[in-house]
Amino acid sequence: MKAFAQLVEALSATTKTNEKITALQNYLSVAADKDKVWVIALFSGRRPKRTISSSLLKTWCSEFCNIPLWLLDECYHTVGDLSETIALLVEASDTVIDAPQEHPLHYYIEQFISLEKATEEARKIFMLQGWAQLESTTEKFVFNKLLSGSFRIGVSQQLMVNALAKVSGASPSVIAHRISGKWNPATITFNELLIDENNVADHSKPYPFYLAYPLEDAVETLGNIDEWQVEWKWDGIRGQIIKRNDHLFVWSRGEELMTDKFPEYNLFEQALPNGTVLDGEIIVAEGATPLPFALMQTRIGRKNISKKIMDNAPVSFFVYDILEYDGADWRGFPLQQRRQQLEQIVKQAGTDKMQLSPIISCLNWGELTILRQQSREHYAEGFMLKRKSSVYQTGRKRGDWWKWKIEALTIDAVLIYAQKGSGRRSNLYTDYTFAVRDAENKLVPFTKAYSGLTDKEFAQVDTFVKRNAIEKFGPVRTVKPELVFEIAFEGIAASNRHKSGVALRFPRMSRWRHDKKAAEINTLEDLKKMLEVYGK
Amino acid sequence: MIKELLQFTEKGLYCPAGNFYLDPWKPVDYAIITHAHSDHAHAGSKKYFCHTLTKPILQLRLGEGIYQATEWNQTHFINGVKVSLHPAGHIIGSSQVRVEYKGEVWVFTGDYKTEDDGISGAYECVKCNTFITESTFGLPIYKWKPQQQIYADIQNWVLQNKQQEKTSVIIAYSLGKAQRVLTALQPITDTVYVHGAIYNMQQVMDALGYKFINVKRITPETTKQELKNAIVIAPPSADGTAWMKKFTPYRVGICSGWMQVRGNQRRRNADKGFVLSDHCDWDGLVSSVKATGAEKVFVTHGFQAAFSKYLCEIGIEADEVKTQYGNEEDTAVDDKIELL
Repeated sequence: MKAFAQLVEALSATTKTNEKITALQNYLSVAADKDKVWVIALFSGRRPKRTISSSLLKTWCSEFCNIPLWLLDECYHTVGDLSETIALLVEASDTVIDAPQEHPLHYYIEQFISLEKATEEARKIFMLQGWAQLESTTEKFVFNKLLSGSFRIGVSQQLMVNALAKVSGASPSVIAHRISGKWNPATITFNELLIDENNVADHSKPYPFYLAYPLEDAVETLGNIDEWQVEWKWDGIRGQIIKRNDHLFVWSRGEELMTDKFPEYNLFEQALPNGTVLDGEIIVAEGATPLPFALMQTRIGRKNISKKIMDNAPVSFFVYDILEYDGADWRGFPLQQRRQQLEQIVKQAGTDKMQLSPIISCLNWGELTILRQQSREHYAEGFMLKRKSSVYQTGRKRGDWWKWKIEALTIDAVLIYAQKGSGRRSNLYTDYTFAVRDAENKLVPFTKAYSGLTDKEFAQVDTFVKRNAIEKFGPVRTVKPELVFEIAFEGIAASNRHKSGVALRFPRMSRWRHDKKAAEINTLEDLKKMLEVYGK
Repeated sequence: MIKELLQFTEKGLYCPAGNFYLDPWKPVDYAIITHAHSDHAHAGSKKYFCHTLTKPILQLRLGEGIYQATEWNQTHFINGVKVSLHPAGHIIGSSQVRVEYKGEVWVFTGDYKTEDDGISGAYECVKCNTFITESTFGLPIYKWKPQQQIYADIQNWVLQNKQQEKTSVIIAYSLGKAQRVLTALQPITDTVYVHGAIYNMQQVMDALGYKFINVKRITPETTKQELKNAIVIAPPSADGTAWMKKFTPYRVGICSGWMQVRGNQRRRNADKGFVLSDHCDWDGLVSSVKATGAEKVFVTHGFQAAFSKYLCEIGIEADEVKTQYGNEEDTAVDDKIELL
């Protein structure tokens, strides 16, 4: 555990990518194979199933440290991370510490997994032993973290891929492909995962997605429009459809296997040839006609997709790209060539559940700029601009692909509740709830927003909240309704789960309206009008 | 109606019997100042009363005026109220104020720490009926390691940076923390480069007779070559500004109690956080409160709600009080000193 704790320390001790890669490289070159596999798993969000609840952890920690539970909660609200809170409290307590024990990382993980069938008493003994035997705060922190959450220490998938590529000598795109998809860190060996030639055999494996940056400069700076392929930027769930060895797999961008969530796509298993991988958007649509995104929310969380749900919120797959054809990796071919192949595949598939994302042709950027204003009517968020000669890259890259989104909708609202954030926003009130006025001049909460302000602005709001809060304990503070913000969002839908009757898509603070008083904010009526115009 | 010996007013802590204020945040006739940090020492009052070591720093920060200075443990009478200052261990000259009238004793801590840092004077427990304590780090997650251990961490970090040919930039508040960092660095170097704010403070320290290692002020003329592999101390206001460009390649280490929590370290974009504080940790606060024997405790700036609730639960009557203290890392002050 010491080596892993040192890795976590080294990773958090620098903000520079190269130094992080070096730290990972150093660890990977000395760690045991089993530990390496677990590190890859943990840093790519594949932690073992949770076997102890956070409320049990809190109770045991409060006993262990002899502090009341409410005080532990206060600490937790300030730190923003339970694993770290417990590690700090345990480290600070005067409990007699056992002789330090050293076990490798995989020992602790295997123990945690085996606790699934253990009694509560046995789990407690294991936890308390860990707290008493691990030496440093960081060791205790990672020990708790193995149970309770993801390691947010600034290690992106890309960064890990680069470190693994350096250690193994393989190219980053190969590594990214190998560690993607479904594999069990408890059973797979390091060799099988990264080196073994036979093991790309897992035929469900998706390719890493190529993502675009928003276009910030004027669109004219992209040069000749003839060099670009323009498509609508569809508002759905980015997905990858794989047909290999007679099986169909549907992956989300978050590397979640979603085949069961979209039974509509089952017919692709017949319609697509083996060795095909398609990149596209999962969209609520009647064939080629998109429906409001809000309908997706009615089915996305469900375990069982009934016929009624499928009738109510049917999905199509709008295809953007082809990544594999006839079992060969096509990502290195230019987009233009891939598109030709794609058109053929979609045509052969011959089902209205699979739609080509149409190419929009305009004579010049000016025409395109005018057309962009109609995005919302097409249920799109703007345009995707892709260089016709571009290869399919890995991760978010500048240069060849850009997203050119429409201006967001906005509304002015007043801040009424605040909560402390976590991670780098620990001990700062950064998570806010906003309200508009109803007909009786009462404040109605309608959205939360967490982003869009600068660090300095967040610090100013934090000071305001700390000075003007009504409650003293617990996570949420009611604040004097005084600070007005412009809230930007991408879409609006009716919702019976919210008091206001509306739900916003991607709300964030676009501006602090120092010039406006709480009396001048927008009304619920204004929101309802927006719902009428854009929410259908 | 019973008049409290000290009252919490709009201008600050007020003693009606003696007609004086403690650390007022608005101009008053007579202000007793616990220490020279900007949130406790405000300009504009007619007369100031403070410790001898605080006086020259106040003069630097607030300008000329009427300053009356005293040593610790000396009794003074102000309008018949007995007043004395006692070491608070926070920074050089920092004092607790003991106020006694008709047999009743109140103590106001200002900011304080229980560990003796070897510079600020060792904190002294003062028995009282009513204790007004700060609570900057009033949660049990805040527990400090012994100073020597943190100093060793700083030394190792600097040596490691040197090995890797990087300049070490240590961020420390110009009054208090910077002097401790100089002490920490003494075993491994004889010269440290400093920001103007820290340099100016050092002139005051020299005049007071303190001996630290040699500090060189960084000016536009200081060459990149000189600063290569060097050790630099800068105030928080300089962190992340263009002023730091000259040190490239460098690493940044921040000295602050807030570094105890990882997220704060990340927010400040530090390569390294040293949990070095000039305030009490949780145990320091709890033990001080108990040791004063006070029947009543008022908790000011910090986690006052949690700390006072905890004190009530362990059988000590406590209330929270809102003050305007607690923002000592006020960047405006550093900038002002820089101009001097």
